[in-house]
Amino acid sequence: MPEFALPDVGEGLTEAEIVTWRVAEGDEVQVNDVLVDIETAKSVVELPSPFAGRVGAIMAAEGDTVAVGTPILRVDPAEPEGAPTNGVLVGYGPRDEAVGGGRRRRRGAHAASSSATEVPAAPVSVAALAKPPVRKFAKDHGIDLREVTPSDPAGIISRADVEAHLASRRTDAEPAPSEPVAQAPTSAAGRRVPIAGVRKRTAEAMVQSAFTAPHVTEWVTVDVSATMHLVERLRGDREFSDVKVTPTLIVAKAVCLALRRTPDLHARWDEDAQEIVFPEHVGLGIATATERGLLVPVVPDADTMTLAELGRAIGELVATGREGTLQPAQMAGGTFTITNVGVFGVDAGTPILNPGQSGILAVGAINRRPWVDEATDEIVPRWVTTLACSFDHRVVDGEQGSRFLADVAALLSDPVRALTF
Amino acid sequence: MTLPMTPQPGALAGEHELVQLLSPDGTRRHDPRFPDDDVEREQVEGWYRDLVLTRRIDTEAFALQRHGELGLWPPALGQEAAQVGSGRALRPQDFAFPTYRDHGVAYCRGVDPTQLLGLFRGTELGSWDPQEHRYGLPQIIIGAQTLHATGYAMGLLLDGAVGHGDPERDAATIAYLGDGATSQGDVAESFVWAASYQAPVVFFCQNNQYAISVPLERQTRVPIAQRAAGFGFEGIRVDGNDVLACHAVTRAALQKARDGGGPTLIEAVTYRMGAHTTSDDPTRYRTADETEQWKAKDPIARVRAYLEAEGATPDFFASVEAEADQLGARLREACAQLPEPDLADLFSSVHTDLPPELAAQRDDAVAWQALDERGAA
Repeated sequence: MPEFALPDVGEGLTEAEIVTWRVAEGDEVQVNDVLVDIETAKSVVELPSPFAGRVGAIMAAEGDTVAVGTPILRVDPAEPEGAPTNGVLVGYGPRDEAVGGGRRRRRGAHAASSSATEVPAAPVSVAALAKPPVRKFAKDHGIDLREVTPSDPAGIISRADVEAHLASRRTDAEPAPSEPVAQAPTSAAGRRVPIAGVRKRTAEAMVQSAFTAPHVTEWVTVDVSATMHLVERLRGDREFSDVKVTPTLIVAKAVCLALRRTPDLHARWDEDAQEIVFPEHVGLGIATATERGLLVPVVPDADTMTLAELGRAIGELVATGREGTLQPAQMAGGTFTITNVGVFGVDAGTPILNPGQSGILAVGAINRRPWVDEATDEIVPRWVTTLACSFDHRVVDGEQGSRFLADVAALLSDPVRALTF
Repeated sequence: MTLPMTPQPGALAGEHELVQLLSPDGTRRHDPRFPDDDVEREQVEGWYRDLVLTRRIDTEAFALQRHGELGLWPPALGQEAAQVGSGRALRPQDFAFPTYRDHGVAYCRGVDPTQLLGLFRGTELGSWDPQEHRYGLPQIIIGAQTLHATGYAMGLLLDGAVGHGDPERDAATIAYLGDGATSQGDVAESFVWAASYQAPVVFFCQNNQYAISVPLERQTRVPIAQRAAGFGFEGIRVDGNDVLACHAVTRAALQKARDGGGPTLIEAVTYRMGAHTTSDDPTRYRTADETEQWKAKDPIARVRAYLEAEGATPDFFASVEAEADQLGARLREACAQLPEPDLADLFSSVHTDLPPELAAQRDDAVAWQALDERGAA
């Protein structure tokens, strides 16, 4: 019974993630029918079947990250004789033999004879065996398939097994209804989404940042009516006819100007070198919500740009991000990040630094609020927002952090002050 | 700060009109410069078979990479007409110098398709005899094969193999290259030498719009064909998805070369429907819309439409399909059977007379290998 080992589809990849199975156990497949979508570090790739026959077992679950060379599927061949060869024949994936002392791997070790007979039991411990509809049923009910006892001697979990498990869990939960928190079956029974792709990378980056850089966050609430007025004027300006003028653009410019006075906010803590690195130019990251998740495209050398150039650069990057075609290089080289949480209708937040950076600015919702006019001492309606700036206290002290945030606020409150920078 | 650089379609169109003899809907057109009245339905049926088999070689090898049987594969999907049309215009005595993507040309030169797999399985560096097929080994270095083709063509001049009006004797070379290669110094040097010696070489550029991810507008501000004028020879732009036009234009250019008329640059405007290689993800640098537009210009569909209108039978198409299926199965089987390379071969194909130092190294290597195999047994 030939097994399909995960191939190296991209010259030197070591692992891939199972995204979607296109076949279920028991399905008949022809050679080159698409079996599964996998996501590598480079792209999502369809894997065609090397075999014809009936799918005997699916050995890796959706969401699993699998090493190259690991069997992911077994096919019971339509014709028992002349089974094709097996295994990853070329590529850089893990070998079944240790390679030592510069010795060549023994030839012929990957012949058909080394296949199924002694192997098939092993993957069971890695992932529970179940058909995709059963997996979905289990997921929908918040059940981890590894906890379910299969009634099938081959270890394949059926829908009945999952229902039995579900019933037994309900029984377990019932004796203690007075304790509302007890087993919390209702909260456990939700949709289960594999941690993968951008979500996974975001999580890793945030954990790394939160537990490496001591974060301090400061707020300021500011009257940005003058900025809103400026935005309106620029929108009607011919020079800006192809630029998407937004308050974020003015914030971006203000950040570049304020960084000139307080470059500490985008200096980098180099732990290995025991140095603080002051970058020559501002690599301005713009946190963008996309279908793939949170991405931070970077405008390189943002401080050298005119307002119109900056607007075009931001517009292009954000549009590319939304289309899902951002390339890794367009997300590298950031020295400071702006996150516009206001678009979600909230006032402010405590942003977590992008790893390797020392400052991040969250811009809250800009809306009409009552404001005390200092000249007349009267309450007037004004455009007001809240800015929240987090910084890495290893690099930046309260003095620099406060000066930076106050500078940004002052520029937004009175853009004419840009002349003084 | 970067300078704004927008594509200028006007500049790219230029005065180089595209030669097209078979429109995407399968209608034949005629161009007085490239008469093709001699091309009958039977010949087009042959080309149809060539196109379908070329595509099967390509898609089967692509799948073999996804099976884990090949390390890499550069797909030719979408470029079949350029390769078959030009490949079928060659005479036995002509010599072709290919890139690593010209699987259809290899097929036309009689190289067994299974022999294309070894390079990409890492078992060999090319197993056919270039002299036997008059078809070189795949060139990986971008553009280097244009130098070889030009040098070989200069050799043909020195051998007096040009300009006798003898179809059995006069010969030419053809160099295959891509749009990205036109930015290489090697290609510029080839153009200079070919022009100044009036060498019998045809530069056949498959402009598939991308050099990996770099679009055409980063290679040139004028049609590629127009570049030839600056070097002093003729450039022609042809619909690269039109097998009739590619054949007619290449046939004319080769004949000119064999007659002593010097080099020609043919720009076959086509599109790489697949990825640069199996390691590439084209969705990162081009839109699905663009790919869809080119799909409508498919090189095989238009030939099929023409043949159906001419009365080709369903049996004909079914037999070609069956032949393609057989070829696919044969490729899969042959791939798994490819022999492991012999270490001694490393020394066998460079020197006619192996120098003593290399002979000693070979003997050491073979002895080491034998030791290793004993240890592993």
